Amino acid sequence: MADLTELTLAEARDGLKKKAFSAVELVREHIGAVQDARPLNAFIIETPEKALAMARDSDARIAKGEAGPLEGIPLGIKDLYCTEGVQTTAGSHILEGFVPPYESTVTANLWRDGAVMLGKLNLDEFAMGSSNETSYFGPVISPWRRHGSNKAVVPGGSSGGSAAAVAARLCFGATASDTGGSIRQPAAFTGTVGIKPTYGRCSRWGMVAFASSLDQAGPIARSVRDAGILLRSMAGHDPKDTTSVDMPVPDFEAAVERGVSGLKIGIPREYRREGMPAEIENLWAQGIAWMQAAGATITEISLPHTRHALPAYYIVAPAEASSNLARYDGVRYGLRVPGKDVVDMYEQTRAAGFGKEVRRRIMIGTYVLSAGYYDAYYVRAQKIRTLIKRDFEKAFGEGIDAILTPATPSAAFGLGEKGSGDPVEMYLNDIFTVTVNMAGLPGIAVPAGVSAEGLPLGLQVIGRAFDEETLFAVGRVIEQSAPEIRPPEKWWA
Amino acid sequence: MSVDQATVRRIAHLARIKVNEAEVPHLQAELNAILAFVEELASVDVEGVEPMTSVLPMAMKKRVDAVTDGDIADKIVANAPVSDDHFFVVPKVVE
Repeated sequence: MADLTELTLAEARDGLKKKAFSAVELVREHIGAVQDARPLNAFIIETPEKALAMARDSDARIAKGEAGPLEGIPLGIKDLYCTEGVQTTAGSHILEGFVPPYESTVTANLWRDGAVMLGKLNLDEFAMGSSNETSYFGPVISPWRRHGSNKAVVPGGSSGGSAAAVAARLCFGATASDTGGSIRQPAAFTGTVGIKPTYGRCSRWGMVAFASSLDQAGPIARSVRDAGILLRSMAGHDPKDTTSVDMPVPDFEAAVERGVSGLKIGIPREYRREGMPAEIENLWAQGIAWMQAAGATITEISLPHTRHALPAYYIVAPAEASSNLARYDGVRYGLRVPGKDVVDMYEQTRAAGFGKEVRRRIMIGTYVLSAGYYDAYYVRAQKIRTLIKRDFEKAFGEGIDAILTPATPSAAFGLGEKGSGDPVEMYLNDIFTVTVNMAGLPGIAVPAGVSAEGLPLGLQVIGRAFDEETLFAVGRVIEQSAPEIRPPEKWWA
Repeated sequence: MSVDQATVRRIAHLARIKVNEAEVPHLQAELNAILAFVEELASVDVEGVEPMTSVLPMAMKKRVDAVTDGDIADKIVANAPVSDDHFFVVPKVVE
């Protein structure tokens, strides 16, 4: 039998349906791949026994003709989703040993549809990072390497474990989450497809909160179709999250082959930044040409407040994080460091439990929300957010169907190469993705080429609120038009 | 705007994070780098603009004010570092 880990999710699903192989066979191969890939550090914990038990249940349901849409498909779960009875850490020392007594809605939806959990995936601590180097459990190493080099490259972040595991063919897909680019940037860095759906499309219940008005769940997969299949199962209304939207979930897979003929694709002039590397500019031009060749019309548009999005994000997101992370106090769960009184216990616990990046963001958030600075920083940033959203509304109001941009300002960088001196250097990774979170819109990253050094590059498509279907259609045209991107060599096995 | 070392100590205390004296200068530099990065926002014209309070226009959902869950005290204290008979235990707060 051919290597089952090389299939796409859609192919594996169809193979299971035809009984070409069993769910147990499929899952066993993936458990082996996960074990072989430990040098990547993509998983915080592996759950092989649970995976096999779930696979046996899947085979029983397939035999009875009761298979769900994801029956028997092995997935990785970002360790930000609470999983009942399985440690959930958000990549932080402060949550080490936390075993949730409940299941997040998104993962519960996946298990309802028959999916199988291989384990919990590494991430930047509390999803704060763009390289997966802030995890308490160590950095994730990308399966990709530069041509002729053995040097470790980052998979991006914060969903670095998700992106690395999918790219390394350890699982068919993974859950991820995106607050400022944490699905799309690692997808672009690893040659995978990642979609951040519209705010409200997926329930946030049971996801460890970072910045509640920006956080959104989404999948990372190896094809546009696979991402559509996963998102359909993950999405849906949940009474337990008041911001989850009570709207039917479309059959995203059915939208994949719609094509782009007759669509108006906007190209925002403000995204053409000074100092943009030539290979990113060429990739973008290539994408524009592919759209035209497939029958779309290209229109230059203006999103004048783009350049303010990242600074405004670095007020709004830390402010919300400082509030959300106040719950980690050594009383109800996680780490506790004794102190001479209760306040000292809080302070010692949080000093020991949070890493440097998390501490930095909590402190910035605390500052911008503190008396005397609230209006100057926080309220002003929320006003700028309104302006950013209006820019998009104007473009879509003028008949633009989707917006095409680069996903990241560069290809992946080497481990330890960025952000050690100046935190802002790392933040600039999210320059093209963060506007989408600020406006609550959907965005997809699709692999579109390879850098001169041999690392993947991605394009981003931004859509109207709740029009993920158009993103899948446009993403599919990019996928079909792009030169073949050969998967990374398995140097770790 | 930038923060001085006294402000760094005050923010750390407000955030309930113990900071060693030796870390203060480094933290000050990091926070000021971020504050310098967001400085440009002061020049944006926001006159008459409403601050965003909801990402997408949606009516706040409400539910009936009724008990929907409960009797799970064991589960609630299961992850507590220290608990006693369904109570969370903390250092003495009242003298």
